[in-house]
Amino acid sequence: MKKEQRHLNVTAIENGTVIDHIPANNVFKVLHILNLENNKNQVLFGDNLDSKKYGKKGIIKVSNTYFDANEINKIALVAPTATFIEIKDFEVVTKKTVEVPDQIKSIVKCFNPNCITNVEFVPSHFTVVDKENMKLLCHYCEKITGRNNIVFA
Amino acid sequence: MKDKSLVSITDFNKEEYLRILEIAAGFEENPNQKLLNDHVVASLFFEPSTRTRLSFETAANRLGARVIGFSDSGSTSVKKGESLKDTIIMVSGYADIIVMRHPRDGAARWASEVSTVPVINAGDGANQHPTQCLLDMYSIMQTQGTLDNLNIAFIGDLKYGRTVHSLVQAMCSFNPTFHLVSPEELKLPSSSKMHIKNSNLTYHQYTELADVIPIADIIYMTRIQKERFSDPLDYEKVKNSYVLDRAMLHNCKPNMKILHPLPRVNEISEDVDETPQAFYFKQAENGVYVRQALLAAIAGVK
Repeated sequence: MKKEQRHLNVTAIENGTVIDHIPANNVFKVLHILNLENNKNQVLFGDNLDSKKYGKKGIIKVSNTYFDANEINKIALVAPTATFIEIKDFEVVTKKTVEVPDQIKSIVKCFNPNCITNVEFVPSHFTVVDKENMKLLCHYCEKITGRNNIVFA
Repeated sequence: MKDKSLVSITDFNKEEYLRILEIAAGFEENPNQKLLNDHVVASLFFEPSTRTRLSFETAANRLGARVIGFSDSGSTSVKKGESLKDTIIMVSGYADIIVMRHPRDGAARWASEVSTVPVINAGDGANQHPTQCLLDMYSIMQTQGTLDNLNIAFIGDLKYGRTVHSLVQAMCSFNPTFHLVSPEELKLPSSSKMHIKNSNLTYHQYTELADVIPIADIIYMTRIQKERFSDPLDYEKVKNSYVLDRAMLHNCKPNMKILHPLPRVNEISEDVDETPQAFYFKQAENGVYVRQALLAAIAGVK
């Protein structure tokens, strides 16, 4: 019991966000999309942890950082199952789930090599035309980038 | 439509298509109307084009506008590494309307977002060519007296032919039946078929050109390009299978007309040119009136 508590103390955070239920091996993509690579607060993360629900999962804990709905929905492409748990004074305040946004800007590259966004400095911009199968219609070249062609910028 | 850019055929709605066709008919009757005397039209062709550039510049000249621009990016500062964004911002300080052809897909949408004046897309890579689509619609209207309830056959390269994709999309507003004739490897892409299905319309697919000749009101021919095939043998197999000649027309409907975005290579035999069904040269001429209509509508003088 005592040992377990000490273990908790290492990983628990006083204030901040726990991002739980990230699909295994997508933790690094989530860190990148949420720009946690440049966050100055304490960032703890683990991958391939045991999960009752999913078998294996990833988890990220960020101190003193909270995410708005826009940012949360950005990770829909890589971690649609994730939960954002907001912690204040070691207590869970809210839990937020990820929703697939209608528009996706800048984070994904258009898969069409001749698209202007891949040739000049133009931020990518997609409309999600099929949320279930993740089909992204490019606002510029009007081609569809499918789930299997998604590459992060 | 004043000050509106035209990038994709879906930027306009059914009423706007019909309005442009109506204005174009007025210009066909009386092409020399100096309505844009105080306008400068920029004609920016980042890749060469014969028909589109000449017909746009003719349209602007017949309206009395002055035309600036280039017909090949080789002689511009693009060669020095200038971005499209910078070129467009600069030109939109000079001209009242920009007409642009560019080799990259999506370049026209980007240009319309950075420009302070309206942009007309004269073709962006393999993506859109909306003015071709409008002149095709004008030609259909002119030959059939209506756009509604027609049997339209598309022949040849339906996969890469951007004029086919745009025309399919635009005609979906007018309750047509589509007849699609192509080799297996050049069938209409699923995104275009989705438009047809979403409009609750039907399409039929064929591999034999002769099957559609007796039922079509419009036969829209396209060129099958060798560079579209990864295996040259596949090209050799199909290259002569979608060729229309005079003898094949014996059982066509009396109102049937043949359209082609041009250039033609061998897919329509020259013996068809003299038949009453041939309409492709008149179709190219119609491009001037439709482009006059667009320039005038966007400038707000019609």
